[in-house]
Order: sequence, then C-alpha cells, then structure tokens
Amino acid sequence: MKITIYRYDPDKDERPYLQDYQVKLEPSDRMLLDALVRIKAEDETLAFRRSCREGVCGSDALNINGRNGLACITRIADLPEHVTLRPLPGLPVIRDLIVDMPQFFKQYESVRPYLVNDSPPPERERLQSPAEREALNGLYECILCACCSTACPSFWWNPDKFVGPAGLLQAYRFLADSRDQAAGARLDDLEDPYRLFRCHSIMNCVDVCPKGLNPTGAIGRIKEMMVKRAV
Amino acid sequence: MSGALAVRSFDAIVVGAGGSGLRAALELARADLRVAVLSKVFPTRSHTVAAQGGIAAPLANASEDHWHWHMYDTVKGSDYLGDQDAIEYMCRRANEVVVELEHMGMPFDRLENGRIYQRPFGGHTQNYGSPKMAMRSCAAADRTGHAMLHTLYQQNVRAKTQFFVEWMALDLIRDPADGAVLGVTALEMETGEVSILRAKATLLATGGAGRIYWATTNAFINTGDGVGMAARAGIPLEDMEFWQFHPTGVAGAGVLITEGVRGEGGYLLNKNGERFMERYAPNAKDLASRDVVSRAMTTEIKEGRGCGPDADHVLLKLDHLGPEVINQRLPGIREIAIKFANADPVRDPIPVVPTVHYQMGGLPTNYLGQVVVPKRGDPEVVLPGLYAVGECACVSVHGANRLGTNSLLDLVVFGKAAGECMVKDLRSMPEALRELPRDAGEPTRARLARLDGAASGERVAEVGNDLRRTMQAHCGVFRFPEMLVEGVAKMKAIAERAGRSFIADRSKVFNTARVEALELDNLVETAMATVVSAQARSDYPERDDANWLKHTLWHKDGNRLEYKPVHVKPLSVDSFEPKVRTY
Repeated sequence: MKITIYRYDPDKDERPYLQDYQVKLEPSDRMLLDALVRIKAEDETLAFRRSCREGVCGSDALNINGRNGLACITRIADLPEHVTLRPLPGLPVIRDLIVDMPQFFKQYESVRPYLVNDSPPPERERLQSPAEREALNGLYECILCACCSTACPSFWWNPDKFVGPAGLLQAYRFLADSRDQAAGARLDDLEDPYRLFRCHSIMNCVDVCPKGLNPTGAIGRIKEMMVKRAV
Repeated sequence: MSGALAVRSFDAIVVGAGGSGLRAALELARADLRVAVLSKVFPTRSHTVAAQGGIAAPLANASEDHWHWHMYDTVKGSDYLGDQDAIEYMCRRANEVVVELEHMGMPFDRLENGRIYQRPFGGHTQNYGSPKMAMRSCAAADRTGHAMLHTLYQQNVRAKTQFFVEWMALDLIRDPADGAVLGVTALEMETGEVSILRAKATLLATGGAGRIYWATTNAFINTGDGVGMAARAGIPLEDMEFWQFHPTGVAGAGVLITEGVRGEGGYLLNKNGERFMERYAPNAKDLASRDVVSRAMTTEIKEGRGCGPDADHVLLKLDHLGPEVINQRLPGIREIAIKFANADPVRDPIPVVPTVHYQMGGLPTNYLGQVVVPKRGDPEVVLPGLYAVGECACVSVHGANRLGTNSLLDLVVFGKAAGECMVKDLRSMPEALRELPRDAGEPTRARLARLDGAASGERVAEVGNDLRRTMQAHCGVFRFPEMLVEGVAKMKAIAERAGRSFIADRSKVFNTARVEALELDNLVETAMATVVSAQARSDYPERDDANWLKHTLWHKDGNRLEYKPVHVKPLSVDSFEPKVRTY
C-alpha cells in the first residue's frame, strides 16, 4: 500500500512537503491507523495523535484523500491502493498530521456546553421521560474530533466568529434537554450574524461525521426555536 | 538543575483528566483553589470515554436493591481480597454520586417512570448472592463512559478549571527530609519544554497500563504513567499481579464488547453451539463474574471447543434480542462489531476472546485517596502530599477481580473523596509552599539526557513489542510457576534494553517518539511489578486463605515484595467471611 503523507516539522523544515511511504501490511492490519502505526515503527519522526483506536476518543481525525475521517475506523479495504493523508484543513499545523485545536475548543466552550438548572436539586434524579431522553440521541454522542468543523467553509472563513457545526450541535444538545433551563439565554447568545447564521447548509459536516451525526439538522432546529420564540 | 527549569506553583496538581481526575478537579476548582490539571490528551480523549455498559448504584429503580447487597457482591467478586472498609464506603456513596452525575446533565437512559434505566451485570445479585440478578447498572446506552466523561469535562468548563492539555507528567518530586511529595516534572508536548509544577497536594489519576499486554481493550495512552512515576520515586505498588481479562474482546482486534450485551440477554457459545457457561456457573451463567467467565472461555478453547479455523475464540450471540433492543441499548456495539469483526450482531454472533482490560493493583491508598506506605512496622502511614484515584490506585475495592460497572463508580466515589480530602488537607497546611530540593528535576533531566544523547541503540517500538509479547505469553489468564520464573528473567532483560533505547527524532516540537520512549519506562515498571508479584502468587485451582489473604507490595528498589493484611473489617457493618465462590 502506498501512503503519501503531509510532513512539516517547524524545528527543521522551511516548508511542508509530501512524503511517500510503501507500507507492507500484515493480515491483522485492518484500519488506516494500523498502517500509520506500522509506518511509525519504521520512521518514528512521523507525528500524529491516536488513542482509543475504536472511534470513541476523537484523537486521530485526518484528511484522508481529501475527506475528513478517523484513521482508526477507516478500513484499509475501503481505500484505494494510494492514499494521501493531510492534517485537518483550516487549523494551524503544529507538526505533520497534528493540528492546533484551541480555536475549535474555544468555540465549543463558547456555547456553555453544560446543563444549566439552578432549581434546588431533588434528593433523587430529575425525572425525564424516555421520549425526552430520546431527543438527545444523535447529539450527545459527539466525540469532538473536529472532522465537521474543519470540513466547513464557513468555519474556515470565520473560525473566530462562527461557532461551527461541532459547537452548534452541542448548543442544541442542551437546548433539547428537558432538564435545561437556559434556553432563552442560549438562543440570545446565538442570535448573531456570525455565531449561528454563518451556516449556509453546505452539509459537509453531515457528510464527514464519523459518528453519523447531523449538525446541519441541529442547526435547523435552533433556527426553528428562534423563529418560534419570535412569533 | 531546578534553576534551569521553569517552576510554576499551585495549591494542587491533578495528573490525568479521565473520570477520577475530572471528578477530583471539580471539588478543588469549586473550593477556589489554584489547581492545575495535566493530561497527555485533551480530557475527553481519556480512556474513561471507552467504558460502555454502565455505572453501579443500588438505586432500586428496576429491581429491589440495597447498598449492603452491592457490598456483598463486591467483596465476593474481589475473591475476599478487597478491603471491606473501602468497599463499604464506595457502596454507601454510590447513589449519591450517580444522582449527582444526573444532576450535572449526564444523559442516562430512562425507564417509563422517568427514572434512570438500570440493567443487570455480571456478579451483581439481589439478597447476598441469590440466583436473582440485581438491576444495578445505570446506563447511557452502551456509551456510559463517554456520557460520563463529557459531562464531567463540561462541569469543569463551567467551574473554569485550569487545564494543561498535552502535558505529560514525568517524575514525582519528593522532599528528602520526610518523603513528602512536592510536585512533578512535566513535558509540554507541543514545545518539548520540561518544567516543574509544584503544589502542596498532588493527585495521580493516570489510569491503567493495559498496554503492557499484546492483546488489550486499552487505548494507546494507557501506559501506567502514574504507576511508573511512583515506582521510580520509591513508592511501593499494591496487588499488581491482579489484571482483569474481560471475557469479550473482539477476537484479533482487542476492542471491547460490553458485558451489557450479556446483561441484556446475550450469551456465549462454543463450537458445538453449546451455551457452556451453564456448566461453569449454573445460576448466573453468562453473568458470573468476569474472572469466572474468562477462565471458562479459556478452558473451552484449550480443550478444543473454540470456534473458527484456529479454534481460538468463542461466539457471543445476541441476534435473538432483536434489532430494536440492539439499536436502542447497544448501538455502539453494533457499530464496533460491524467495523472490527465484520459481523452485524442483528444477524451474526461476534467472535470474542478474553482480553486484558483492567489493572486492579496500583498505588496503595486509603479510602480518602491518600497514598499510604509502610513505615516503621506500620503498613499504612499516610505519605504527605500524594493522593491517587482511579485505575492507577489500589484502594482496594476490587481485590483480585473487579465487578463490571464498579470501575466508573470507583472513579467518581474516590475522585470526589480525594478532592474533598485534598481541600481539607490544604486548609490545614501552611500558606507557603515547601522549598524544592536543589536537585529537583535531576532524575527527569538524566532520563531525557540519556535519551537525547544516545547516538544509537534499539528502537523503542521493538523493546515495547517484546515487552507486550512477554507479558502476554508469561502472565495470562492461567499462570504457571515455570512460565513466571522465565517471565521475570525476560522482563529483566527487557528493562535493561529499555535503558539503552534510542530515538531518531531530535525535534523539540511534538516529538511523539520521545513521548513513547518515556512511556516505555512506565510500561517497564508496571510489567516488572506485575510479573514479580504474580510469581509469588501463581494460580492454584483452590484459594489458599491461610497463606494468601493478604496484599502484595512490590518495591522497585531490590525488585522485592512485602505483604500487608487485607482490611476485613468494614466501617460500620459485620465482615463478610471468605467462603467458596460459586455463581
């Protein structure tokens, strides 16, 4: 298998370059991450993030042949013989496949991604019907891998002002929670030409989400909530 | 040397941002203390995220239940080697901490009446081991760890906790006068800079070291960093021979399939299509405790009743649950089985094999999270300034075998307890930080200088692979004296090779080769502690309470063992006396 990888080490490289690797795969190598680990055993200067290797921690998001995805759940069998790997687009590169993520997390944190319920907590759990709980499905499963936001042209253009699909999905996760009491403040915060309304429903986010989530759909629901409260 | 390193000062340092580190950090941040939380990875990438099936609490939402029944099950599950005071403490606080998680916003599944959904899990029974299983596992589908970790991170965002993300702690700094811990040295991965972080209280919450084995459910980051730091700092390690083999890792891939599958009604089959657990555990069957199920599976495979061309695994059948239950309660499992086993569980069984999953041993602590070490005849003297929680700690609530869903509970109960204890201890300490010793940071400098100065040597990956192969071959589900003796000899050779390892990458910037070399040092300490402790206590078919109802303590210095008694006396109730374990 041939893998071409974006390389850049600011400590020694004047500019980024692409490096070709021929990887000899073993039968046990099923996922793209297995191939990367094999390359690293030969060339340990290659830097990339990885942890759980099962698609739940969100560390190893990459641009794989032009499309964002997680290396650990991308099957080698589903890839062409020649694969090109680049860091996620739109974020500064620290080194090789490692991007600088604070801008992404800053937007996530800007939506107040936590339950707000200031009524005195009962001794037992707050009640929530199965239907109310089901409203959180497709929202809470986000792993913050950044595949979506870094596939979004609006986020590339305004990463400091547009919350981006990942952050907005989490904003809606709390708007949709029957236990949350801050809907009004949450909507106020998003009622802004940039924070929410830079989403033009391009739907790259939906296309690339490795967990099959639908940020565009969630953004649509937020807009509906705004319309509802306006009338 | 310390003059050359930047020094930052805090009230408290938390090393590790998984479930237990984040729970403790929350207590500290809410107390308005200056806290630094260090993590090798962004907090939500910690391995807690991979926990699936649930968190134990006797809420009695779905079946009758009581904390004392939970305590009995945990003591029995531990093979009576867990400390009964700590177990009572954990079971009594379970409802409180789980309800708190719900109040924080954790998206538990719900019952029709709006209460938290609960499912049965292995070894959790009603009424002190009756054949009726307790519905005790509080679940968010099969993503309970993910839901819990994100909720705890979110609460820390709200509390404005200060995180040092992608900082790896390297060594503990101790006061030569009394051994008190004064902080840590740490590597900022992005810049390659090493600094000293000093504090009055340091909490290790670094997780387990499942990566000492070849086949593991654990993430790449689970390299026993806190355990290695403790060993190098002269702190003994407790019960390191006890590793849990989870019955259902995906054969060949190692990825975890939750016990919740069996909790929902799935079961195991051998090549004859026989539901073999009925022979090993007539009452609990597939929901016997994990050690029992893993031994049964290994026996089936060894006796030629394994499945597949190499007869090297068994099958986990769940298609009879129907697509609705699978999609609602086990959606993540379906994803994993399709991706990693080419099997859609709606139709096909999943090939599974016992796979290393959890480290029961670790830094010896009391139930407040304080690290305790032997001193002048007293086996448990509090070591000032150092705390440990979660998988890197040995409280010990799991003894020789942890029950499923007790790990997440351990994280939040003892994370909270340690946070509370640190807040209290900090209030009674003098305002000023203690002086750092003049050579603070020297051991770290020496490790890095050796690594950066080596012009040639063996690849870290090669040494690491040999370590994992050795542990897999010599320290598995069943352990035999000759194999262990050989294993210790091999580990000694590997430890020497690790000391001569070499990295080709000289960059300051995000040098992951250097990180992996530093992790190898921690893997070596953990593996050595494991195999040496196991050698003292190789498997016998029958338990020997007369000689072995005690904890092991491994010391790096001299590679030697000592022993201390198990706490058989609970806090307020009568002891559960050891008896033969049947399920």
